[in-house]
Amino acid sequence: MNLIRVTKRDNLPRNMEIIITIAAVLLSIIFAGIILILFGLNPFSIFKELILGAVGTSLRVQQTIIKAIPLILASMGIIVAFKMKFWNIGAEGQITMGALGASWVALNLSENLPQPLMLLLMVLAAAVCGGIWAFIPAFFKAKMGTNETIFTLMMNYVAIKFVTYLQYGPWMDPAANGFPRIANFSENAVLPSIGGIHIGWIFALAAAAFVYVLIRHTKIGYEIAVVGESLDTARYAGMNISKVIIISMLISGGLCGIVGMVQASAIEKSLVAGIANNYGFTAIITAWLAKLNPLTTLVVCVVFAMLIQGGEYIQIALGVPSAVSDIVQGLILFFVLGSEFFMRYKVRFGRTAEKEVA
Amino acid sequence: MVEFLAACVVAGTPLVLATVGELITEKTGNLNLGVEGMMLMGAVMGFYTGLHTASPVLAILSAALAGAGGALIYAFVTVTLKASQVVTGLTLTIFGTGFAQFVGEPLLGTMAPSEITAFFAKTAIPVLGQIPFIGPIFFQQDAFVYLSYVICVLAAIYMYKTKMGMNLKALGENTGAADASGININLYKYAHILAGGALCGLGGAYLSLVRIPIWQEDVVNGRGWIAVALVIFVAWNPIKGFFGGVLFGGLSIIGLRFQAMGLGISQYLVDMIPYIATIFIVIISTHKKRKESQPPGDLGNNYFREER
Amino acid sequence: MQQELAIEMKNISKSFGPLKANDNINLSVREGEIHALLGENGAGKSTLMNMLSGIYTPDSGTIRIHGSEVHFSSPKESIKKGIGMIHQHFKLVDVMTAKENIIIGQPASIFVRGKALSKKVKELSDQYGLDVDPDKKIYEMSVGEKQTLEIIKVLYRGAKILIMDEPTAVLTPQEIKKLFRVIRNMKEQGCAVVIITHKLNEVMEISDRVTVLRKGQSIKTVETKSVEVSSLIEMMVGKKVDLSIEKKQFTEHRPLLTLDEVTVLDREGKNALSNVSFTLNSHEIIGVAGVAGSGQKELCESIAGLVKTEKGRIYFEGENLVGKSPRDIIRLGIRMGFIPEDRLGMGLVGSMDIVHNLVLKDYQSQPGIMLQRGPCVKKAEKIVEELDIQTPSIYTPVQKLSGGNVQKVLLGREIDSEPKVLITAYAVRGLDIGASYKIYDLINEQKARGVGVLFIGEDLDVLMDLCDKVIVLCHGEITGIVDPSKVSKEDIGLLMTGKQDGEVSAS
Repeated sequence: MNLIRVTKRDNLPRNMEIIITIAAVLLSIIFAGIILILFGLNPFSIFKELILGAVGTSLRVQQTIIKAIPLILASMGIIVAFKMKFWNIGAEGQITMGALGASWVALNLSENLPQPLMLLLMVLAAAVCGGIWAFIPAFFKAKMGTNETIFTLMMNYVAIKFVTYLQYGPWMDPAANGFPRIANFSENAVLPSIGGIHIGWIFALAAAAFVYVLIRHTKIGYEIAVVGESLDTARYAGMNISKVIIISMLISGGLCGIVGMVQASAIEKSLVAGIANNYGFTAIITAWLAKLNPLTTLVVCVVFAMLIQGGEYIQIALGVPSAVSDIVQGLILFFVLGSEFFMRYKVRFGRTAEKEVA
Repeated sequence: MVEFLAACVVAGTPLVLATVGELITEKTGNLNLGVEGMMLMGAVMGFYTGLHTASPVLAILSAALAGAGGALIYAFVTVTLKASQVVTGLTLTIFGTGFAQFVGEPLLGTMAPSEITAFFAKTAIPVLGQIPFIGPIFFQQDAFVYLSYVICVLAAIYMYKTKMGMNLKALGENTGAADASGININLYKYAHILAGGALCGLGGAYLSLVRIPIWQEDVVNGRGWIAVALVIFVAWNPIKGFFGGVLFGGLSIIGLRFQAMGLGISQYLVDMIPYIATIFIVIISTHKKRKESQPPGDLGNNYFREER
Repeated sequence: MQQELAIEMKNISKSFGPLKANDNINLSVREGEIHALLGENGAGKSTLMNMLSGIYTPDSGTIRIHGSEVHFSSPKESIKKGIGMIHQHFKLVDVMTAKENIIIGQPASIFVRGKALSKKVKELSDQYGLDVDPDKKIYEMSVGEKQTLEIIKVLYRGAKILIMDEPTAVLTPQEIKKLFRVIRNMKEQGCAVVIITHKLNEVMEISDRVTVLRKGQSIKTVETKSVEVSSLIEMMVGKKVDLSIEKKQFTEHRPLLTLDEVTVLDREGKNALSNVSFTLNSHEIIGVAGVAGSGQKELCESIAGLVKTEKGRIYFEGENLVGKSPRDIIRLGIRMGFIPEDRLGMGLVGSMDIVHNLVLKDYQSQPGIMLQRGPCVKKAEKIVEELDIQTPSIYTPVQKLSGGNVQKVLLGREIDSEPKVLITAYAVRGLDIGASYKIYDLINEQKARGVGVLFIGEDLDVLMDLCDKVIVLCHGEITGIVDPSKVSKEDIGLLMTGKQDGEVSAS
């Protein structure tokens, strides 16, 4: 009969929550190991190389940080939307359009423009373009209640197809001898580096601070949280819900747009259709794992950047597909999502047994 | 024209399968946004098995199992562990994409074996295939397409004519009422979510084994998400789901037609059509007011019996 | 002796987190008996019965049905044992027809056979004197029809033990009479009936025996014939209490809020409120009575600016509020408090703490873009102290508080803004007697200060004791505005089902 019984629990101590989360992450890694074994691979050597690939040398650490930058920026954008329970899964498209905006500035303004001014204009253009791309679904959500999940996702494909069109059409570099690529940026449109790392990290930290203050200490941040909890309460309190949705999505899309600028300027030094490189999706995982807390997100993003960098390394070093790291990322989130059950419910085995399993 | 419509059916088949799969899932009250991921898992496992066994039946089975496997993870995390359905579905898509890349990496550019392509060659159904106009469009297709017809019809009979279909409807509309009526909630949820996942897996396998029988990383290319939108558009009706799928299949190949006609529009702009059309149907579907076209009442809500 | 017990529950305990909902409860119900389960809100009545219907599993204790021990792990097993429960919130699927609702979850042939089913439903209805259209969709049914259907549903499943959770809460006095006839009918057919209630007059009228629960414990089981109402109250509350509500008369009356032919449409474009007119004065409590869904929600929300007023005018001290949003109303400095029916879903944010729930009313008038919590922290401390709110701290999420304390936070916030008009919807729903009377006192206090109160209620006794006037709504129309001292409960009941004012006073 009822061998497993589940009851609700209240007020789990904070340290238990942390222990459960760590256990979930460990389990997900063990599970990933089992999948690797099933495909005839040695999980120990792969995980070892994965870690070495991420932090083994100072060059690799630099690469890891460079990968954490877009992840942090995009996660901050996701947090602002998700706090409102607006499921913005269109970060990929917003990044792509941001890159498009920044590239237009870089390719069309004079090479003689002072670098700081050029970069500033690029950031602004990127934020505006990413913001517009997020504004479209936000507008329909605000005015008509249109489902944003599919809308934002479809906007990704439209953005990527559009940049592909530009790459193969109007923006094709005539100097590339018919090769379908967009021209490289001039020097003044490339983010400068300090110690092997481009200064995008300043953007990332500034974004984290901005989102932290926004959510904790501003009226609009409070409104975003209330709208996310209950639309009825927001209406009751006299909030302009449409305005809240649109403003927060402009911020969310704007932050994602800046990711596009950073990647185009510092990494590609040009515009390519695949500029978003899955960062928009990974950011969903990182933001959710950090429970939408901007400061925790910083830490989670660095860990995930290690996974991404390590994944690329094992592809080269061991010839194992870098997708291993994608699988591990997905598994971690599955396990952590599942583990929350044990924080909210008590599970007991047997009808009268008092034994408790956390 | 007839030839174009027949091509629409082919292009629509993966969408039809995934749409019917997702609508069965949603009828339980669970929104699974992992369709794209399950299609990819089905596509890669179908191709992998087909390549190694050269058996079309095993390939299809393995694709269905892979889709159901993805759905099983989703069902366990949301039904048993009651985690957020939206986020779990998204994670399944991310996981499925990674899984397909991982398994598919060594297969890139490989052709499906000739036994498989031969099995799925077009074969006209006697008599039906001879009907003018309709015959060439619907009944001179491959075995996989015929399978999708059968699935749609069976799904409709099941949902509208059987006791279990009625229980399923009750479950999605009001889980608490269904539970109090003595329906085995968890069994129903698991069974239908898994069945839905299997259909999504089949949809993916159609893409990798029949549509273009060469392994490529972006085989699914957003079709899973289009299927999620189609479910709303077709108001959770599998027969409408068939025509919705074929319609969008048509939109996805119309670009090639334009090019063939030499209209001079860039292929990449035309490629946007199905995605923009999906946005349109999402907007249009928002305005449905009829009680019968509303989503299941408890869609997206996790159920805990002892909730107070 | 053992044979004739339909239900025997022994030493039943059940906890939810830290809350002990049932603590060693004993209950035995005989066959062919109507047994009342009496207790305040939160005494554990529903919890106990949900264990009989397989919704909850007891932590400890034994349950015997007709003498044999059972361990239910799902409602299905309970149904098999002939137990049928009619929940307070009906468990019906809205978009399905009556007969579809009857057969879901029932083992039967693979395909649905419509005609045979309709016939069976008809037979059952006739046998017990019930009336329901098998092909009507639930969303088209009235509350009374839904309850009838729930009864048919359990009878169809061959239930010999019927449990009814607060079945009269949503019915008019006339409908209650009809329900009691049906219940007696079932008793004659040999069923055991358990009726959960907190209304003493119903216990006296219908039950053979009564078991009283208090704070999760079973106090006593007695023969109804041999017990006084006053001793039942004492058992229920734990001390002698005076259940009267004071009603002070004031001479000073100034019109505060006037509704003039107000019409509100529902989502499908039908009239949810038609041509409603009345005036609320200072120093006055106006009660609103009506069957659930008669337009009470729309009435409150149209005044608060939450739904669009299609036609008519709403004057607040001369200012027309129609067309103004809640934000406009706040900006205009109109002092109106509103306690909505859905406390945690509309009045408060469940996951936020008391401070942040006070911010809700406050932040719009703060200057700048930053949020200031300081003033609300002080306010929170004050409200917690003045209203004696039981909470670990002012930083506890309000959804963790008990129903009475949640309501105190909401009421405290609204009163703190010194409103001239206070609208309360089902202000005491789910609260125990102590908390309810505290709320009545607070409302009376506001009246004494000159506030005009619109009190949407469901308990006719309370409406008549508390209010200076009672407006009766039926299908969105006012069927009567009565002085409670001059009419009977039955008169109001008739108005609730649509009889016009003239017809009642004529009788």
